[in-house]
Amino acid sequence: MIPEVSIQSLALSRGGRQLFSRLILKLSAGEAVALTGRNGAGKTSLLRAIAGLIAPDEGQIAFGGVEPAEAREAMHLLGHLDGLKSSRTARDELSFWTGFAGGAADAPEAAAARLDLLPLLDLEVRRLSAGQRRRLALARLLAAPRPLWLLDEPLSPLDAEWRGRFGEIMGEHLAGGGMILAAVHDPLPLNARTVEIGR
Amino acid sequence: MSRVRTLLARETALAWGKGGGPMVAVGFYAGVATLLPLAVGSEPERLAAVAPGAAWVALALAALLSLDRLFERDFEDGSLDLLTLSPVPLEIICAVKCLAQWLATGLPLALAAPVAAIALGASPQLSGLVIACAVLGGLAFSFMGGIGAALSLGARRGGLLTAVIVLPLFVPPVIFGGGALASLDSGLPWKAGFALLGAYTAAAVALGPLAMAAACRNALS
Repeated sequence: MIPEVSIQSLALSRGGRQLFSRLILKLSAGEAVALTGRNGAGKTSLLRAIAGLIAPDEGQIAFGGVEPAEAREAMHLLGHLDGLKSSRTARDELSFWTGFAGGAADAPEAAAARLDLLPLLDLEVRRLSAGQRRRLALARLLAAPRPLWLLDEPLSPLDAEWRGRFGEIMGEHLAGGGMILAAVHDPLPLNARTVEIGR
Repeated sequence: MSRVRTLLARETALAWGKGGGPMVAVGFYAGVATLLPLAVGSEPERLAAVAPGAAWVALALAALLSLDRLFERDFEDGSLDLLTLSPVPLEIICAVKCLAQWLATGLPLALAAPVAAIALGASPQLSGLVIACAVLGGLAFSFMGGIGAALSLGARRGGLLTAVIVLPLFVPPVIFGGGALASLDSGLPWKAGFALLGAYTAAAVALGPLAMAAACRNALS
C-alpha cells in the first residue's frame, strides 16, 4: 500500500527539451487528479516518471515513505499502449496480467463480468474493437487491486455509456481509498481536481 | 516464483506461436544446410570434412532469426512498461524471455542439428556431441543475442542492427563448439573445447540478463 504520492519541484525533459519544471502535486488516498495540458505538454511523461520509467531532471517523487521500487508494485499504468498481444485470446491476456500483477485466480472472471467482457473472452485480441480492447485493459485494474491508478487518456476509445460506467468504477476505487491520476482532454466523469501541466 | 512461471509460460507460447517459432527456425536451418552442398560441391569427402562446422554455423544463423522479436514487440505494444511494474526484477524478466526463446527455437534446432550434420556427411558417432553442443551453444546464442536485441530497441531496422551487434558475440561459441566437434571427428581430445563452450554459456546466462535489463531501461526512459 502507498498512502500518498507527493511530487516536489519536479522537472522533466524529453529529447533535450524541458517539458515542465517546478511541478508540485500531491495526491492522497481517495483522491483523483485530472492532468490536463496541450499535446506534448508532458502528461504522459509525468505518468511514466511516477511509474519509475523516466528519471526526472530534478525534484522528487515520494510515496509517503514507501521505497520507489516497492511503490511500483502498488500502481497500475494504463497507457495508449496496452500491452495486449493481438494473437492471444482476451482470456489468456487477462489472466496472465492478473497473475503477473498478483491478483487472485478467480479475479479475471469477475473483472470481465464487471466490464461485460464475458462473451468476448475467447476471441483473439485482434478481433476486438478499440473500445473493447480498452475495456479489457481496464479489466486488469479491477482484477489485480492496486491503490494507485496512472491512466493515460483512459476514456478516449470508450462510448458515452462506458464512460459513465467507468466513472462509477473509478468512484468505487476512490471510495475504497484508492488514488487516480489521469491524463485527460475531456473532463473525467467524476469529481476530480484538475492540474494543468505546462504553461 | 509463480509470476516467473506464468511469464515463462506466456513467453514460450508467444515464441512458439504464429509467425515464427520452431518451424521457421528449423526450416531456415534446413535451407542453409541444403544450400551448402550446392555451393561447395557435392563430393562426399569434401562435404564430410566441413559438415560438422557447417551445421554449427547454420545453427548460429538460425538462432539470429528470431532474435529481433525478443524485445521489440513487447517494447512496441507497451508490455515492457507493464512488466517493469512488478516485484520481479527486470533482469529475471529478460532471462525468462531468453529462456523461452531457447525453449521455442534453440531446443528444436538442437534436435535438428544432428540430422543436418549427418545429411551433410558427418559421421553418425558425432551426433551425441552435436546435440550437446547445440543445446549449450543455443543457450549462449539466446542470451548473448538478447543483449543485441535489447540494445537495438527502438532503432529503425533493429533486426539488422541486432545481427551486426550479435555476430561477434557468437564467435567464441562457434570456435569452441566447432573445435570440439572437429577434434572428436579426428580422434583428438574434445573435452577442452566442450568445457570452454560450457563456460561461455554459463557466463552468457549469468551476465547477459544484467546487460539486457540495462539496455531495456535505457530504451524505456
